[in-house]
Amino acid sequence: MADTKDPPTAAGVPPLPEMDLRDPRLATFLAWLVPGFGHLYQGRTGKGLLFMICILGTFAYGLHIGGGRVVYASTVNPVGQFSKFRERWVYACQLGIGLPVLPALIQTWRVEHGKEPLLGDNFLRPPYTRSDAETLFGESMTQAERDKRFFSTKDQDDNLVYHKSEYQKWHHDLAFRYELGTAYTLMAGLLNVLAICDARWGPFVAPPTKETGDKPDDSK
Amino acid sequence: MGDAMLPTLLHVIAFPLAELGNRLWYALPLLVSVSLVYAATRHEELPPILNHAWRFALWIALFMGGVAGVVQLITWAL
Repeated sequence: MADTKDPPTAAGVPPLPEMDLRDPRLATFLAWLVPGFGHLYQGRTGKGLLFMICILGTFAYGLHIGGGRVVYASTVNPVGQFSKFRERWVYACQLGIGLPVLPALIQTWRVEHGKEPLLGDNFLRPPYTRSDAETLFGESMTQAERDKRFFSTKDQDDNLVYHKSEYQKWHHDLAFRYELGTAYTLMAGLLNVLAICDARWGPFVAPPTKETGDKPDDSK
Repeated sequence: MGDAMLPTLLHVIAFPLAELGNRLWYALPLLVSVSLVYAATRHEELPPILNHAWRFALWIALFMGGVAGVVQLITWAL
């Protein structure tokens, strides 16, 4: 299907091969759901794999740097509470990557409703407030145990330091890696927005400039 | 006095630069990823994607280097 033997244009840019975008809306959804899936569905395997490796790799690296804490590290659920969304606005950007960040919504919903998060302590769960910790672990732990486990860290002199919330503890413990991990996961989401547009409309080609004298092809 | 100045200069200038240098390595994977994805949205075949990505990565690196240089100069001035 791809025809790459066409001569270069006057601008020196090789023409794009003909491509079949199949059902662009379904491709758009798949590209959002998992980076690269939309392109794989369209038969654009090379680009699909490139997007998948680059975007998911960036996201995974950011999550690793941020100790698994940087996706949706919010104590509020933004659904229906958009005025509180500013606490963790970067989730709107991280959401661009689709499925990998969706479990965070479920985890937050569970914590808000007094249920323990799924799949262990480190899987995209929100930071606990003191009331969350009391609701979830009030029967199994004393307050001192909860404070020690969720709200304390050791400083350079090995003294126990207590934080007001687990959110502050994460910031303290991870230091600059928290912001770095957030930036990586945020960028992964935004990069997938570019990939989604590519799945929907095909590659973006700049219009010809006056210098090259090219004219847009009106026959299409 | 010269003997006392050297450790002070090392502490003030060299150590922060080394720390900055270590942290700057974190930008490399992001640079590669951003340039490849951006270039892939402009082309369909791998050779032009790689060519575009290389030029774009170089441009970003120069821009970031310039900004880092300006920030470092401001830091010294302070």
